[in-house]
Amino acid sequence: MDALLEVKDLKTYFFPDEGVVRAVDGATFAISAGQTLGVVGESGCGKSVTARSILNLVEAPGRIVSGTILLHDDFGTIDITRLRPDSRTMRSIRGAVIGYVFQEPMSSFSPVHTIGSQIMEAILYHNRVSKREARARGVELLRRVGIPRAEHRMDEYAFQLSGGLRQRAMIATALACEPKLLIADEPTTALDVTTQAQILELLRDLQAQNGMAIMLITHNLGVVAEMADNVVVMYLGRVVEEGAVNDIFNQARHPYTQALLRSIATLSDEPRTRLATISGSIPHPYNRPTGCLFHPRCPQFMLGTCDVDEPRLVELAGGQAVSCFLYQPSGVSGQASADGEAPSIGSSVDGRKLTDG
Amino acid sequence: MAENSPILDVRGLKKFFPIRRGFLRTLVGHIRAVDDVSFDVRSGETLALVGESGCGKTTTAKVVLGLEAPTSGTLRFEGADLQTLDAAGRRRYRRSVQAVFQDPFASLNPRMRVGAIITEPLVVHEQLGRGQVREHGLRLLDLVGLPERSIDLFPHEFSGGQRQRIAIARALALEPKLIVLDEPVSALDVSIRAQILNLLRDLQARLGLAYLFITHDLAAVAYMSHTVAVMYLGKLVEFGPARAVATEPQHPYTRALFAAALPSHPDERREDVPLAGEVPSPLAPPPGCRFHTRCSAVMERCSREEPPLVHTDGRLVACHLYSPTPGAGPWQPQRAALGSLTSPSFTTGGNP
Repeated sequence: MDALLEVKDLKTYFFPDEGVVRAVDGATFAISAGQTLGVVGESGCGKSVTARSILNLVEAPGRIVSGTILLHDDFGTIDITRLRPDSRTMRSIRGAVIGYVFQEPMSSFSPVHTIGSQIMEAILYHNRVSKREARARGVELLRRVGIPRAEHRMDEYAFQLSGGLRQRAMIATALACEPKLLIADEPTTALDVTTQAQILELLRDLQAQNGMAIMLITHNLGVVAEMADNVVVMYLGRVVEEGAVNDIFNQARHPYTQALLRSIATLSDEPRTRLATISGSIPHPYNRPTGCLFHPRCPQFMLGTCDVDEPRLVELAGGQAVSCFLYQPSGVSGQASADGEAPSIGSSVDGRKLTDG
Repeated sequence: MAENSPILDVRGLKKFFPIRRGFLRTLVGHIRAVDDVSFDVRSGETLALVGESGCGKTTTAKVVLGLEAPTSGTLRFEGADLQTLDAAGRRRYRRSVQAVFQDPFASLNPRMRVGAIITEPLVVHEQLGRGQVREHGLRLLDLVGLPERSIDLFPHEFSGGQRQRIAIARALALEPKLIVLDEPVSALDVSIRAQILNLLRDLQARLGLAYLFITHDLAAVAYMSHTVAVMYLGKLVEFGPARAVATEPQHPYTRALFAAALPSHPDERREDVPLAGEVPSPLAPPPGCRFHTRCSAVMERCSREEPPLVHTDGRLVACHLYSPTPGAGPWQPQRAALGSLTSPSFTTGGNP
């Protein structure tokens, strides 16, 4: 696999006065060109901090403690964690090689500059072009993301646009310098379902046109099902499972992934039956469980193992990887990976089966 | 209480907001937020209001909660017209209709203890001794599945899901008959949503509550509701049993809306975007059918005539594809028609 970006054992901690928050605690994954990676997790799982770490935009009191983020570009390989956040190289990567779409487009645009001037700023920073040329490119970008009357919209302010148009303008800004990787952090969370469908379709079209990689951060498994090629599931700063999107939806291995998939209502459900739930709630960051971080909520918790030791991410057959003692090779170097049949789990849990396929 | 008696009956509800401009605040027009909407909610049942932002679902809820006065139309609660109620009757109405809002981080006062939050409606509406109030508070906490010790804690000591339980306990304090649920799970984490939806469903079964459920989560609609009302630009476009509307939508807008819902499995990915463009401004809604500017099945007639709500396939639909008589007048609410619609034979799944 030709990885464009490789994240290896990334740890990003925050050090406020009250203690240490391990926002990202050993995340490992890779993204290839032309591919969409869905990063799923609930609040506090570290998915946004992972994205900010990749852009080297972690704010104090946080910092990248260890790990590497390798960006394989035409120039060679760069370890982003070794760059100073304000260095020339880092600034030439941000925007030009890695674009970023934030969740809330209203607070990401400056309220006192026009949409056009903000797009042109990105173009002028990374390219040696005239203002006239930059403006022409800006109009072209707005047109490409489907904004009607693009010429006219260039001179409007963010507050004059609707939520959907604003998110389109945000995407246009992120695409201004044709990045190799687009990081989209909950790009459709604040939008209506119909607008959401339009924005996701737009991202897919743009990807087909220029072959960029997309890292899609979301809490919504529906967005993942719609968009992703590969999926990384995070819980409290760690990757608990990763694999191809069909494998994750058809044969999720980690009890957390299984429970998440079971707990969402779907349109085809029998109405007013009980939804399967995940007991408990997400632990407070200062109150992290010992051992496997999911063990207090896990239906397959094994006393003396899960609350004591930390499971490692183990690769199973077919490239799916999972961090759970149900799949850990037992003994010294026994069955190095639990090939083929995994222990049949999920059947003991009440509720619905995972998928109907 | 009768099984399927309509507890709230809304007929021809309109709510216009005046737009004033300039120094003299001259009236330049109206935003027709809700324009001639009729529905009823029955005890033990859930009516879902769905539609894109700006469709008028929140305004409808505000009118039901008594936070906005309707421009015209009638609201009947247990048969009594709200406009003719005296002060005592209005007080009784406000007790019977409660609300749970989207964001439990904003809807709970951070300076009040949980006990004070959930019993505040009791203190306002009833003369009770301290001991009685506390006892009541503990019972409410038990009802929503929170431990007894929560009563002396502050909201910040709870997670999002637990806070939403507190908000539900507060809504239940006065033993209401109807609860308006305004996006009750949208602000919660995915793993918590199912807990809250199950809780709401259990409470409905135990207490015979009626819910007016406002959401844009279409899967939750299909799961939670008995009846669905789909709104577009202040108009009702489709109204019928939840299962039928969700699985076989008839109005082109409902079809597009449900087609836009995200798949639950990668095999169900869709190829095309179901609906292009954006909702037009409610200040100047399109003439004729308000949806005709975005409709895939638009006909010449749609831009001239407003389609009436007609009976099709066990539900009401406002679309010229289904209206047999050209030039028919606007739909008049008919008790008989609606009664047959929401009769038990249409409620799929049945009450648990």
